[in-house]
Amino acid sequence: MSKNLRINKNNFIDQTTRISFKFNGKQLFGYKGDTLASALLANNIHLVGRSFKYHRPRGIMTCGSEEPNAIVQIGNDSSLTDPNVRATEIELYEGLEASSQNCWPSVNFDIGGINNFLSPLLPAGFYYKTFMWPASFWEKYEYFIRHSAGLGKAPTKSDPDIYDHQYSHCDVLIVGGGISGIISAKLSAEKGLDTFLIDDKNFLGGSTIYQENEAYKINDIYSNEWLAKEIKSLKNYPNLIIKNRTSLAAFHGYNYLLARENLTDHLSISDRKNKIRQRLWKIRAKKVIIASGSIERPLIFSNNDRPGIILSSSIKKYIDYYGVKTGENISLFTNNDSAYETAISLIKSGVKVNVIVDIRKNSESLIVKEALDLGLKVLWESTVVETQGYKKIKSFEVMRLSDDGNNVIGNKTKHNCDCLGISGGWTPMVHLFTQSGGKLKFRNEDNVFIPDQNKTPTNQISVGSCNGEFKLDEIVTRTIENTKSFLDLSKTCYDEMKINCPDEISKRNIWLLPSDKPIGKTKPFLDFQNDSTAKDVKLALREGFKSIEHVKRYTTTGMGTDQGKLSNMHALGIIADTTGTNMGELGTTTFRPPYTPLTFGAIVGRNVGEFFDHTRKTAIHNWHVKNNAEFENVGQWKRPWYFPKNGENMHQAVQRESKAARDSAGILDASTLGKIDIQGTDASEFLNRVYTNAWSKLEIGKCRYGLMLNEDGMVYDDGVTTRLGENHYIMTTTTGGAANVLSKLEDYLQTEWPELDVYLTTVTDQYSTISICGPNSKNIISKIVPSLDLSDSNFPHMSFKNTKISDVNCRIMRISFTGEHSYEINIQSNYAEDLWIKCMEAGKEFNLTPYGTETMHLLRAEKGFIITGQDTDGTLTPSDLQMDWIIGKKKFDFIGKRSLYRSDTIREDRKQLVGLLTDDPKEVLEEGAQLVENINTKPVEMLGHVTSSYFSPNLNKSIALAVVKSGKKLKGKKLIVPMENKNINVTITDTVFYDKENKRLNA
Amino acid sequence: MFLINCPYCGERDQTEFSCGGEAHIERPKQPTELSDDQWAEYLFMRKNIKGVQFERWNHAHGCRKWFNMVRDTSNDKIHAVYKMGETPPVK
Repeated sequence: MSKNLRINKNNFIDQTTRISFKFNGKQLFGYKGDTLASALLANNIHLVGRSFKYHRPRGIMTCGSEEPNAIVQIGNDSSLTDPNVRATEIELYEGLEASSQNCWPSVNFDIGGINNFLSPLLPAGFYYKTFMWPASFWEKYEYFIRHSAGLGKAPTKSDPDIYDHQYSHCDVLIVGGGISGIISAKLSAEKGLDTFLIDDKNFLGGSTIYQENEAYKINDIYSNEWLAKEIKSLKNYPNLIIKNRTSLAAFHGYNYLLARENLTDHLSISDRKNKIRQRLWKIRAKKVIIASGSIERPLIFSNNDRPGIILSSSIKKYIDYYGVKTGENISLFTNNDSAYETAISLIKSGVKVNVIVDIRKNSESLIVKEALDLGLKVLWESTVVETQGYKKIKSFEVMRLSDDGNNVIGNKTKHNCDCLGISGGWTPMVHLFTQSGGKLKFRNEDNVFIPDQNKTPTNQISVGSCNGEFKLDEIVTRTIENTKSFLDLSKTCYDEMKINCPDEISKRNIWLLPSDKPIGKTKPFLDFQNDSTAKDVKLALREGFKSIEHVKRYTTTGMGTDQGKLSNMHALGIIADTTGTNMGELGTTTFRPPYTPLTFGAIVGRNVGEFFDHTRKTAIHNWHVKNNAEFENVGQWKRPWYFPKNGENMHQAVQRESKAARDSAGILDASTLGKIDIQGTDASEFLNRVYTNAWSKLEIGKCRYGLMLNEDGMVYDDGVTTRLGENHYIMTTTTGGAANVLSKLEDYLQTEWPELDVYLTTVTDQYSTISICGPNSKNIISKIVPSLDLSDSNFPHMSFKNTKISDVNCRIMRISFTGEHSYEINIQSNYAEDLWIKCMEAGKEFNLTPYGTETMHLLRAEKGFIITGQDTDGTLTPSDLQMDWIIGKKKFDFIGKRSLYRSDTIREDRKQLVGLLTDDPKEVLEEGAQLVENINTKPVEMLGHVTSSYFSPNLNKSIALAVVKSGKKLKGKKLIVPMENKNINVTITDTVFYDKENKRLNA
Repeated sequence: MFLINCPYCGERDQTEFSCGGEAHIERPKQPTELSDDQWAEYLFMRKNIKGVQFERWNHAHGCRKWFNMVRDTSNDKIHAVYKMGETPPVK
């Protein structure tokens, strides 16, 4: 096991800096520049994880973000552990601890591996088909299925890392730092455009940067040397920003893109302290150049998933870039020339290449000739039919292909190996292009979906192999051409280019390679992560699934964390072949963001904890905190809920507060109520149109309660509005409705009634409101404002006075939401806390008691006053609330008036607001509880529900408000509130429970 | 996430705006003279076109002004932006 498969090749890997890490508890070493995958391979570790469904041993298969198998758990800290990380993407750092997923007790001996032997019993749709009966058992099945499913373990504690968001408004965004991305970036930067280049790797240059081959030359030097020089020259452009380790997640309309930059994941744990882990870039680019490249396809044959079976291009990268041999006796299996480049690299590095199995009849391209000259053995027109080796490939069997490629012929030959490279051609990465709204076309010649130039959204192009250009000369010249015309360039540094590269002459593609066994006896994997095979796709088609989207979901092909980067094309190809459809007509499944998985941390950025939402606090908040208030969230506001004293619970505190408010005096911070300043010569007319009642005749200095409807006639908001002057009002709204009411009023003013001279200004934050109620409220106010005449004749209920308290202007309204004699003082918020303290001092002798929202709700319920949003839910008209008195019937129009006599709103059996008394006065109903008349007829008819319910200390009994069908007519009727353990008997009553004659207002 | 050219502020991100539904549905001058059906037509009936649609938009987190916009709902292409009260462009 502890073999070292590293060769000396120091271009990219710093072999002087050793890094220690742990895999499944075992101490191992790698070098600076390694990924976890390359370091594991260097230690001769292929087996990394177990597959999702059959728990088959799986190894590293690729070297990039398309990796389906080698996904690991990083770390074991309960808050920092990271599941489902691709070993091919994580850079090695000192102290890295990784472990295999989806296996128990260990990756080498996994109990779940029994599923592999049961696999004939577990075809596509197994769970759907098996756990259907009996339907009621699903919840029992679900428990076990959920426990056996899933990959890595999510952290159990909250994430301590810092995440960030940043905007970029660049002229040109280039996605991908391969050869075409580099060329485009230089052209853009040379022109002086603000250019942003991102690449998901820690180095630039893509696969060209390690392409050291005689056959590939640009301007007479090796292509890798040329590219290295170009990358070096990018440093000269201050207008070019390069972001490595940055992966583009999403490409939305109007060139709005999201990219995730990894900042610390490659550092040792101790170097990460206090640094931002990831940054989400929100990029609005004037122009976008996609240079996302292409990825190699696997080949689909029986048991093509064994550890040691690796994409041929990845074998090349491991040897040329990381200096790691993926084996010592390697064979290759291909349908194109790419594998020959791999073979040449391996041979030149001293690795034995046993044989190349090629499904083509022959190829005479330069690259094949070079490989043959090096002594390579090729089996033409042949296919691998089977492989052996449980935890790692040991051998494979080859047969000749028939002329049409549908069958195998002749004798089987067996070849030993410790690694098999596979190459099925190349798939352009068109994800981002299609995410942005671009449409694809199918190129039959080499079976690729490529961007359709005629259906490309404006201000973007695709260049390089993601655009279907695979040959070096094509890539370079067309990237230059396309970038020049896209960015409107004339003379550039790339105007005279000389490129040498070999031609690929021969092509052959077979989606599902034939075998000598019937398909039922083979295991040709398509989606390695989700364990779906070509058999499953064929089964789905036999069972009647036709749409590619349905086949995908039924077989789960392409639904893993790799999102089918390797599997989708083959699934499409097999569907097309089986059904006799052209792939172009079949289309693809939808490519959805993100391209690679994003962390939740990157998505939320800094908006966590106290920054999750805005918190609004009143100017008196500190006093509430000091006096032990419990707070309630009302919208974004923190409102005192109740003020417990001496260990009281909520019920005890509320009972005490409610009693004190009616017996002597209570004080409430009402600052959160919305306040809108209304001015203009048409202010009165405006109020006439937005409220149901009449306003023109309201005298200056007087207040009036108003009800605001929606155009559909339903109650929307309510509050008291005061006429401050001829053309000046101040409107109060509910706390939660303030912003919406202002928006709605602005909407009408701007769009329906632009002729009205009215100006609206929100002053909610500018003024604080202190409400003092109770029989002693007058005595307290007179102590605070001795100069003010508080007699009923000078300052009656529903009027207001401008006055001064210690030289500070304030407005005092005599209005009441409790039914008590009551004042509301409005003062500039800066002075509010001082005034509150003043009131508390003045009220000391009267037991002035601060109360919160709960007591406020109780007191108003005793009076039958509604709270919009609690007693109403957008389905109640004023008449439903028994508030017909507030409708200005003589008024020509107001918002919602016409709707009040629609056929539906005049129905008599609508739900209407009523009062409820429980037969047992101690029994307090639950808000939201249902009301029924007859519990025994089934189905039980629901007549309505409880909207507000309290125990009233002032009445010494339970009271409630409810909405009930035809409730207005049902006074005195007995109903039942059915609860879990008992039925509660109630009687419908009037909505006003306390002081029906309103005597206390003037007490 | 598109960019909207507010007629008062200029080009801004979509997150600053809120959509107010179909445009050019005028509130009847004398609602009380309408039949239930006529009123329902004004109150409830809205087009939901796949294609070019005339919409009301509000620069809610900016100047708070309402304006009209012609947008293709199938690809979010904005064909025109114009102030309230201005004549809509011909299709």
